[in-house]
Amino acid sequence: MAQFAHDDDSVVVIVGSGAGGGALANELCQKGVKVVLLEAGARQSSATFINDEWPSFNQIAWLDARTTSGSWRVARDFPTLPAWTCKTVGGTTAHWAGASLRFHDYEFKARTTYGAIAGANLLDWPIGLDDLAPYYAKAEDKMGVTRTNGIAGLPGNNNFKVMYNGAAKVGYQECSTGRMAINSAPRAGRGRCMQLGFCFQGCKSGAKWSTLYTEIPAAEATGNLELRANAHAAQIEHDARGRASAVVYFDAQGQKQRQKAKVVCVACNSIESARLLLLSASGQFPHGLANSSGQLGRNYMRHTTGSVYATFDEPVHFYRGTVMAGIIRDEAVNNPKRGFVGGYELETISLGLPFYAAFLDPGAWGSSFTSFMDDYARTAGMWIVGEDMPQETNRVTLSETVKDQFGLPAPNVHYDDHANDIAMRNHAYKQGEAVYAAVGARKVMHTPPYPSTHNLGTCRMSAKPGDGVCNAWGQTHDIPNLFISDGSQFTTGAGENPTLTIVALAIRQSDFIADQLSRRNI
Amino acid sequence: MMDRDTRLQTRPASGLDSVSSFGVERRSLLKTSAMLTGVLLAQGAIGLLAPSLAWALEVKTIDQKQADTVLRLAKVLYPHEGLEDAVYALVVKAIDEQAADPATRQLVAAGVEALNAQAGGTWLTVSPDRQHDIVAALITDPFVQKVRATCITTLYNNDMAFAHFGYEGEAFSKGGYLHRGFNDLKWLPDPSLEASPAPYSA
Repeated sequence: MAQFAHDDDSVVVIVGSGAGGGALANELCQKGVKVVLLEAGARQSSATFINDEWPSFNQIAWLDARTTSGSWRVARDFPTLPAWTCKTVGGTTAHWAGASLRFHDYEFKARTTYGAIAGANLLDWPIGLDDLAPYYAKAEDKMGVTRTNGIAGLPGNNNFKVMYNGAAKVGYQECSTGRMAINSAPRAGRGRCMQLGFCFQGCKSGAKWSTLYTEIPAAEATGNLELRANAHAAQIEHDARGRASAVVYFDAQGQKQRQKAKVVCVACNSIESARLLLLSASGQFPHGLANSSGQLGRNYMRHTTGSVYATFDEPVHFYRGTVMAGIIRDEAVNNPKRGFVGGYELETISLGLPFYAAFLDPGAWGSSFTSFMDDYARTAGMWIVGEDMPQETNRVTLSETVKDQFGLPAPNVHYDDHANDIAMRNHAYKQGEAVYAAVGARKVMHTPPYPSTHNLGTCRMSAKPGDGVCNAWGQTHDIPNLFISDGSQFTTGAGENPTLTIVALAIRQSDFIADQLSRRNI
Repeated sequence: MMDRDTRLQTRPASGLDSVSSFGVERRSLLKTSAMLTGVLLAQGAIGLLAPSLAWALEVKTIDQKQADTVLRLAKVLYPHEGLEDAVYALVVKAIDEQAADPATRQLVAAGVEALNAQAGGTWLTVSPDRQHDIVAALITDPFVQKVRATCITTLYNNDMAFAHFGYEGEAFSKGGYLHRGFNDLKWLPDPSLEASPAPYSA
């Protein structure tokens, strides 16, 4: 691994080592660009990941101070935990389930396709599927996505068998074990899926793609990467010209450090990316960096989610094997006749007994709740993931009262469901219930959204500088050597799990940054 | 069975001592403020796994009546037929540990008094239906909420509960479920091979 001096101002500094930052770091290093990668969390490995939900959560989840507001149920049930993301090398690629779906073309054109929706701050992306398709292909190869590049699909588990049979009975056509960045066979030096059932806890077999043991070691091998773990970014500094010049961070000992930079890329997951730019406000940028539009922190999206759990007379043991073992794609279309715009996916989900208790129906007690727990081994489950509407008032701001362990203002996450979100969720609950009823469900639970893992949109891309934070390359409109490199650049959320798109955008952005560096434009 | 026995003993969240000798009890009585004891059902899911059927929980901070009240409150909040008291006792253990903090100790004392006041005497001795109704009336009480939240993170987070509810827990050391039933469901037809390909075999 390389080592760079703190005053070396020739390096690209990337903040965050997850899907966006980790992939971008590797792509730049492969092109010969020197990179310092700052990661707030510690470095774990497949060997140190834990097959036990609460201890794992304490090992890898982002647990720094956060607050919530708004009418979303997460604010009531988990007021200090708006998101289920990670603070560890590899970021939330430690926790993600592996679903790797391309967006539909229409989803890049949400404003044009859906029209004006009251209360929604819809905007078309400045890029389309044609722009991203070659990068999707590269991302799928890099990540080893099943059903692409000649890679076989994964074998379905018991939870999938229930979904598949129910889907067939209600007439769905597109149900399979889907496209997953989980090795169905050994590939790229990583083993095959052992059907552990702990995808959310960091994959101990290494079959699931994570930047921790793919992109980051590959980048280290080039001699162009210095990874600094336990390095918590606090501020991005700029020079008199208004160019990003350094990143200030707290190291493992809590000491303040300053790394000079030629280029700064922000990839901290949407809550922290917006927070870091807000924390970096200065005399020249009084409302935060790259916020001349006033859109920084706004249009926070989290997908329209929810879960449907159903109990049966016979055993399912849904916790055995891949968590997202299968998908129904028939509802991932824009069909306003359903009473909402945009589409959604239905994907199997399972939770271990401890987290099933915590998330099934937060706050509930009594025999109606415990009867579901009693049927745990006879339960099947699916997760709803659909497009939610961007709203200006759904936003990340800095708390005026709560501070984190470094004395920095904590982020507050405000979210209200849009009427479109609610209509979509209710439709999905009904469809999910029908799938399970078709194969003999006894009881069905409509589980409310979990703390968000898909955090999107707080630094969105826009063609016009007045509409968003960054351009089609993730380059901020205001500061040419400051980039947004994670899901916060999403203009709209689409109905698909975001990681594949984050990685595709990172690969595309690496081409742009390398080209701009070679032209001395940044 | 060796594997299962050691799991029950070593998982920290289990936390109960099996009473294998009086020495253990006597040595710790000095710092014990209350004691919960019981005997596991020999043929229950947990009894079959346990190294000993007798169990004991030493309570260090809260008193006996408070410990008994927390135990009963956990059972009213999250009733499970056949779930051993040994599992509910873990909630008492967790509350007792939290009560090392004086504010929590005060919360427990006030909460138990509130339940008793609502019962017009001793909440523990009124009928189960009345106990339930009193808890429902006091569900927003901070003590009741603390016990409720502690139930969620404790009751279902130990090897005895895993055995009772049929969750197999840690999987990596056993090779995952690839050869241990990840697709053994037989009450529905198998999906097509197109939708669900056969597992890879080298």
